[in-house]
Amino acid sequence: MAFRDPQIEHLLRRAGFGATPTELDYYQNLGLGAAIDELVDFTRIADDVDSKIGTPGYVGTTSTGEFSPSTVINDARQRWLFRMTHSKRPLQEKMALFWHNHFATAYSKVSGNTNTLDGARMMNAKASEHPAGIRGQLQLFRDFATGNFRDLLVEVAKDPAMLVWLDGSTNNKLKPQENFAREIMELFTMGVGFYTEPDVYAGARVFTGWNLQRSGGADASGYYRFVYNAGAHETTAKEFSFPIYSDGSRTIPARSAADGMQDGLDLIDALARNPETGRRLARKLYAFFVSEVNEPDEQLINQVAQVYQQSGFSMAAVLRTILLSRAFNAPSNHFTRYSWPVEFVVRAMKEVGYAGFSVNSAIGPLINMGQQLFEPPDVAGWDLGQTWFSTGAMLARMNFAATLTQNQKNNIAVAVRGKGPTPEALLSFYLDQLTPLDYDRPAYDDLLGYLRESVTWNGSDAQLAVKAPGLLHLIVGSSEYQFV
Amino acid sequence: MTLTRRDFVRGGVSAFTLSFAAPKFLCDLALAQGATSRNLVVVYLSGGNDSLSMVVPFTDPFYASRRPSIALTAGQVLQIGKDSAGNLIGLHPRLSGLKGIFDQGRLALIQRTGYENSSRSHFQGTDIWSTASPAFTQGPGWLGRYLDTIPAPVDPLVAWNTTGQLPHSLQANLVGVPAIPSPAAYAFNSPNAGTAEALNERTFATRISSHVPVNKPHLAFVNSTAHEAFATLDRVASVATYVPSTGVTYPANNGFAQALKAVAGALSRGIGTRVFWVQTGGYDTHAGQGVQAGGYAALMSTLNDGLTAFYNDLNNQGLLSQTMILQFSEFGRRIQENASNGTDHGAASIMLAMGGPVRGGLYGTAPNLNPNSGSPTLENGGNDVHYETDFRSVYARVIDNWLGGDSTKILGGDFKNGPNII
Repeated sequence: MAFRDPQIEHLLRRAGFGATPTELDYYQNLGLGAAIDELVDFTRIADDVDSKIGTPGYVGTTSTGEFSPSTVINDARQRWLFRMTHSKRPLQEKMALFWHNHFATAYSKVSGNTNTLDGARMMNAKASEHPAGIRGQLQLFRDFATGNFRDLLVEVAKDPAMLVWLDGSTNNKLKPQENFAREIMELFTMGVGFYTEPDVYAGARVFTGWNLQRSGGADASGYYRFVYNAGAHETTAKEFSFPIYSDGSRTIPARSAADGMQDGLDLIDALARNPETGRRLARKLYAFFVSEVNEPDEQLINQVAQVYQQSGFSMAAVLRTILLSRAFNAPSNHFTRYSWPVEFVVRAMKEVGYAGFSVNSAIGPLINMGQQLFEPPDVAGWDLGQTWFSTGAMLARMNFAATLTQNQKNNIAVAVRGKGPTPEALLSFYLDQLTPLDYDRPAYDDLLGYLRESVTWNGSDAQLAVKAPGLLHLIVGSSEYQFV
Repeated sequence: MTLTRRDFVRGGVSAFTLSFAAPKFLCDLALAQGATSRNLVVVYLSGGNDSLSMVVPFTDPFYASRRPSIALTAGQVLQIGKDSAGNLIGLHPRLSGLKGIFDQGRLALIQRTGYENSSRSHFQGTDIWSTASPAFTQGPGWLGRYLDTIPAPVDPLVAWNTTGQLPHSLQANLVGVPAIPSPAAYAFNSPNAGTAEALNERTFATRISSHVPVNKPHLAFVNSTAHEAFATLDRVASVATYVPSTGVTYPANNGFAQALKAVAGALSRGIGTRVFWVQTGGYDTHAGQGVQAGGYAALMSTLNDGLTAFYNDLNNQGLLSQTMILQFSEFGRRIQENASNGTDHGAASIMLAMGGPVRGGLYGTAPNLNPNSGSPTLENGGNDVHYETDFRSVYARVIDNWLGGDSTKILGGDFKNGPNII
């Protein structure tokens, strides 16, 4: 690779999962504006990446029987990592990850309350893989990756996995269930401080009857689906502390049981429209895309919140605003976000290499790094930022770097031949291939010191076959590599 | 959840300059500090523990009538006598080991612990219990503030978090707390494993992480974490090979018990850790709570089996007198069961303290569960249990009488009127 455009690299780390040399070439040829267009308007790119699973030239997967992501959760995790690594729609996968954290739902409870097959299905099946064509939660997040947030909220409220996860499946008028009502206000929309306890009780009554139904046979042809159960709906008026309707009215009127589903749609409309929702999403997206380190740019956050409202809750419009903003593109914001474990793993594979590596080998390390896909610790999602970097998790990152470089040892030995006439030349070769934050002089000197340690440098194939994997291990395991 | 916890910055550069001392020196330091130090094991039951199913006022007629599907009977609970208000109390039937410890006078149960205007939010509630500050839930946690009062230089293993992520309670300004979920996995691997080159990698990785880039605090933070990992590797490795005392088994499929086994190993090896954090989840029992035989019963088994093995293991090795265990949860649960045979978020809950120094017994009083009694033991229109003992007064006891700290300073107020548990 000759020229590397730092703006494009930054864009791909944030709006994607980093880039292989080939991918970087492709987006550099498009140029920044067209690259952003293509990332956001991803539906113009064919989604055929799943057909590449198990074919040469791509990262591998491992399964004991037939690879079956729609029914086996470990395979589902592998498919998602595969897609993060190879999808030509990286922003779609990136936003699916954002929504997975925002609407954090854990497979363990979903499968525990049903069974492992239905659990995997509800978490991630594609509609085409489901006996009744019902998409799983991850597919919902993909479909709404840059979609309308209000519509996404409606779909989430009806999502089978969510109905199990936050107990909506048992919400009925005799004893309303508060779990979903609380979290849709506290975590999914406005945030704590903008609703009251009575709002939670009223919200629980609003969603009475938004239940789950088992259909089909008792075998694998059976499935769970959303049903509005009018007989379970509580029909009296519900009063809130915040406006529900555009005229400022705070009361959802009494309705017949048959019409009662409208209660939930009215509340979701109100929550989507609430100014606090736009501001909260804007802050969260800012931290995700722009910076967790530097002071937030209040002007941009206000602008994003405004675009959210004016566009009728279009996430595509919101994302375009962010990606085109001066703050996003400011070099001072490069490498100012703590990478999530899956971002770290996928980027390392793209930059070190993956031929002969299986994403299954990343599943265990990811748990030690603190991020098991489909298993967020609670409904608030993962604790981000510095919290990723406990000592144990940092060791797990260093050790994933060891696992990957050990696996790639032969590929590395071949690729590095002739690249290390001097230690400086070898280091420069890898600092061009990988994208850590710039090393300060003392750390840079330590990397050279490692190369010189215990050897008289001659740059032979045999020497490089040992030192190059060791150096890659040190770089990928260094603090400088933990930022995107 | 607010972003405060996630945005939390550990006191800038001064936070880790001391942790960057040489490992050999730190080992000596740990030995010096560890020889006489008492330790605290904090157990967090995450999700909001339904204390009425754990420490049960089984003779209150409204206990059975408001929980028609999940109440335990007099015949099912393990009766432990009366509290000071004369309420008969029973432990959950799966807590047989804890009953034995209670009978030995080494288990204190503090009923109705909490605070005014209890938060029903998991996240806010956890932040309040973590910071010991209902009004301001940002910044360091109460244990972190205690750690910050330990005179420098502080050993990097002064505290040990057995979960993957730093709990808010342990966030400190000056002291970094290592996360060590598994001592065996806490090791440094290499693509050149088994050769001398692997040691070279470790040497230089340690050096790279020892630099403090002053103009990049985020990078300095991650370096400090990496460096703490290197400074603790070898001592933790010694815990990985720990074998419990004769007759003690930590169930293999019980992650909580396995975490306690690591704690016992650290104590047995005398590595000098003063504060341990152990956590077990699943207490957010909105649906199908299964008090008699289902999910909640399994939670009680997990708790009982882990704590009992730990207690016996320490007792066998004469380590019990150095060790105190303190358990809490972010809130209790609604009195009335819901339509899903579960319970929703409530208010006051139970705290448990056990170990060598603890004066066992039942502290505080059970609530009067009659919703129409107007009893001050209830709140939220008779729906929830009102607190009697401010949780901060329990913290204050532990800080003053066990850890040797200054609770007024650490908790930011005088909470010295707590139950006489130690």
